Amino acid sequence: MAQFLTLIVSAVFINNFVVVQFLGICPFLGVSKDVKSAFGMGVAVTFVMTLTCLITYPIYEYVLVPLGIEYLEIIVFIFIIAAIVQMIEMALKRFSPTLYNAMGIYLPLITTNCAVLGVAELVIDKAQMASILGITASSMNIGFAVLYGLFAGLGFTLAIVIMSGLRERISASPVSKHLKGFPIAMIAACFIAMAFYVFALI
Amino acid sequence: MANIKKIATDGVITNNPTFRLVLGTCPTLALTTMAMNGIGMGAAVTFVLIFSNVIISLLRKVIPDQVRIPAFVLIIATFVTIVRLLLDKLLPDIYESLGLYLPLIVVNCIILARAESFASKNTVFASALDGLFTGIGFTLALTLMGAFREILGSGAIFGVSLWDFKIEFFSSSAGAFFTYALFIALFSLVMSAVEKRKRAKQSLPLTEVK
Repeated sequence: MAQFLTLIVSAVFINNFVVVQFLGICPFLGVSKDVKSAFGMGVAVTFVMTLTCLITYPIYEYVLVPLGIEYLEIIVFIFIIAAIVQMIEMALKRFSPTLYNAMGIYLPLITTNCAVLGVAELVIDKAQMASILGITASSMNIGFAVLYGLFAGLGFTLAIVIMSGLRERISASPVSKHLKGFPIAMIAACFIAMAFYVFALI
Repeated sequence: MANIKKIATDGVITNNPTFRLVLGTCPTLALTTMAMNGIGMGAAVTFVLIFSNVIISLLRKVIPDQVRIPAFVLIIATFVTIVRLLLDKLLPDIYESLGLYLPLIVVNCIILARAESFASKNTVFASALDGLFTGIGFTLALTLMGAFREILGSGAIFGVSLWDFKIEFFSSSAGAFFTYALFIALFSLVMSAVEKRKRAKQSLPLTEVK
């Protein structure tokens, strides 16, 4: 139970995907203009990240490693992610049009979201995962991989929702011409990063 | 010749991928704690940009429009794998410091953006040049930001210690966002000042004629 709690705090706060590890910055800046779409993007990314870990981890562990072709991981992973996103899109369109309408427009963007490829690359790096999760490298398994994908995704959602809340306020205030748009959004992100920095001190 | 000059100024200044287009933000924020990282990442991205642009430009009439994105991604992923293997063998230190962000070059929007907007429409030579200059623009931007953060955050430049004065804020993740915001704003300020001066110069002869 304590281990589980460490995993959650580590994945969501201490090693927050966006503001600490700088993964998924493009949607973090691009789709954070209002809270509703930010939340939609967050949920879609979380879903894809969890599913990606569930599929890429066993494929790396039981197919690429035994065959000795680990160097193909980048190509294999990017294709798995593209296939997952495509299949989710098709499934949603067929079975849940309402969810498709809410999530649909974000899905194609997710293929090139570095948070997704990032999580796939992270979970296969056992030494790194051991230090993030506070476990031994040999006890790393698919369960941890999937849980890490889920909570890292939730960390992304948290960051993007906070960001969109801040940006909604910023859009109503006067901003110098040269700071408008990306620079002021990044200054907002700077303050979010400072808030998250506190967790690293625990 | 004029064309080469235009591609060069576009890639490095007017369409600088980092400061003007704000693409490839993840490595920009994560790796600029040191100036050396900027050069390493910049060189890796430049390599991938040149070769993927050349191959995509060569195949631009063969690749069907509907499957062009997967095809581009496959070509890019191949070159990223090559860079990764080369760096691992030849420059293990740089390989180590780039870490996770090396495989993530695949999803770096700069490369896909150049493939989509330039290489798939232009000749091989122009595409190679575009890759080179966009890569140089990216490298310069990363190195500049890296130097700024390294000097202020760890009192050093290219790993050489300068003094003991450190502002740790600049090496933290918050400092990364702040530095990036500062550089984009400064770049836009300089660009608009240059533009203004150019316009003033152009209008000068007109007034003289009058």
